[in-house]
Amino acid sequence: MTYDVDVIRRDFPILERNVHGKPLVYLDNAATTQKPRSVIDRLVHYYEHENANIHRGLHTLAEEATAAYEASRLKVGEFINAEHPGQEIIFTRNTTESINLVANAWGRKNLKPGDEIVFSAMEHHSNLIPWQLIALATGARLRFIELDESGHLRRDDALAKIGERTKIVAITQMSNVLGTINPVKELAQLAHRAGAVVLVDGAQSVPHMPVDVRDIDCDFLAFSAHKMLGPTGVGVLYGKRDLLEVMDPFLGGGEMIKRVTFESSTYADLPHKFEAGTPNIADVIAFAPAIDYLQALGMDAVREHERDLTQYAIDALERVEGVTVYGPKDATERGGAVTFNYGDLHPHDLSQVLDAEGVAIRAGHHCAQPLMRELGVVATARASFYVYNRTDEVDALIDALGAADRIFGNASTARAAAR
Amino acid sequence: MPARPEPLLDELYRELILDHYKNPRHRGSLPAADVTAEGYNPVCGDEVTMQLDFDGDRLADLAIVGRGCSISQASGSMMSELVAGKSIGEIRRLSDEFKQMLTDDGAPVPKDLGDLEALQGVAKFAVRVKCATLAWHTLEDGIQQLERGGGSVAREEA
Repeated sequence: MTYDVDVIRRDFPILERNVHGKPLVYLDNAATTQKPRSVIDRLVHYYEHENANIHRGLHTLAEEATAAYEASRLKVGEFINAEHPGQEIIFTRNTTESINLVANAWGRKNLKPGDEIVFSAMEHHSNLIPWQLIALATGARLRFIELDESGHLRRDDALAKIGERTKIVAITQMSNVLGTINPVKELAQLAHRAGAVVLVDGAQSVPHMPVDVRDIDCDFLAFSAHKMLGPTGVGVLYGKRDLLEVMDPFLGGGEMIKRVTFESSTYADLPHKFEAGTPNIADVIAFAPAIDYLQALGMDAVREHERDLTQYAIDALERVEGVTVYGPKDATERGGAVTFNYGDLHPHDLSQVLDAEGVAIRAGHHCAQPLMRELGVVATARASFYVYNRTDEVDALIDALGAADRIFGNASTARAAAR
Repeated sequence: MPARPEPLLDELYRELILDHYKNPRHRGSLPAADVTAEGYNPVCGDEVTMQLDFDGDRLADLAIVGRGCSISQASGSMMSELVAGKSIGEIRRLSDEFKQMLTDDGAPVPKDLGDLEALQGVAKFAVRVKCATLAWHTLEDGIQQLERGGGSVAREEA
């Protein structure tokens, strides 16, 4: 089957809309992706025909909703090749909550003063702040692996930082700023050799490339549905069954218990031990057609499409005088989040002008303030791609840079050159 | 849904704003200033540092340095022209007037804001209001610091 982006676009109703009288050019996919008709229809169908609370009711609707919810769990588990999908997939609100779950439920039990938590200099705040909090609570130390000038993790530094004191290595598989794809399989080997466990932040990788938890041999993997065509409000935590079984619960409440007295409780089996309270039933169920959609395209094809588009974008941006592109320049080493600056034009001004041209990008620090400081900038602009983006949308971005230049009177390039 | 008029980019990036952005007024430092006030918006990375020299309750002179978006930097430059030489009471009144103009789109534009009137278009772009008010909040902090006896003060916009 050939990958036909024009056919794909027809499945996404929002791509038909105009913004400020111009066709929408949506290049903010690292923040969230658009939804295909099948996902939207599934949500509506659920609320029109199946809505009920799950796992408790003994009526038809409750049984149907429970079956659909658990079917989503299995589909997600199979998508990342989990060995025990029915027990190793936990639904949360988002990637951030998934990481907080591990930091608390695993961290409080396993970290003590002197232990080390290793992450990288390119982590999103969601894979940084939870560890800062747990380090404060347990006395563990934070260590981060430094980057080289091309935006890759320094291998020598990884070897130096991951050692016998390391208890957990928490690393992003694909940077939301630099696009860099990190060698998580190799890092997992290093960590396991040191006796540590590994959490992979897959928020940017799982939507964009084949990810196989058994091949990587990670202990935890966190990602979000809304960045992969699915609804907002659904995060996933994959954890190896043996580890999850011995962890204490994260949140307490209904759904996660077996027997309760006023003094104490016994907890439900996996995965329900970690899903306290009524979950986001509708959105979990509507996550399934998002995965179906990606599987029909094939994750290898998705990756190939984005790799080509990313290379096209990097090359086009680098041809514009005054543009600085951050991160690896070779698309085979990176994903489709392309971060750049245009002279000394502030990204917010750039984003505002682009918006008037119908082009949606992200501007700011991308929830990675430490990395922004490493790069020596306060903010950047970021264009990021997905299954439905085309090269003519990259062209629209480049044209819109021209509009910014007209408004700011070439100030950006001239001033940057004069500095 | 009621039709909302399209906010025009031209209303935001008026020529006067771009002029202040490219040629900021009162740029530099005052070595003998009574107060140094820093403002920072971590969300955008907009920064402004101003040194304030008072003569009694009158702002005798000020100097500003900063980096950030065109709105934040132009607003600081325009403000510096307006407030230099004015009394603290007058500055506070102008500050309230300016903030009112930015948050109440459609209200009559005050006549005594000088070049700052050019920023009225910001009211149509809600996310940019904080850019325009950063310099003013920083100046208010500086005045408060003077009343506490001078020195330095820093703020982070929430």
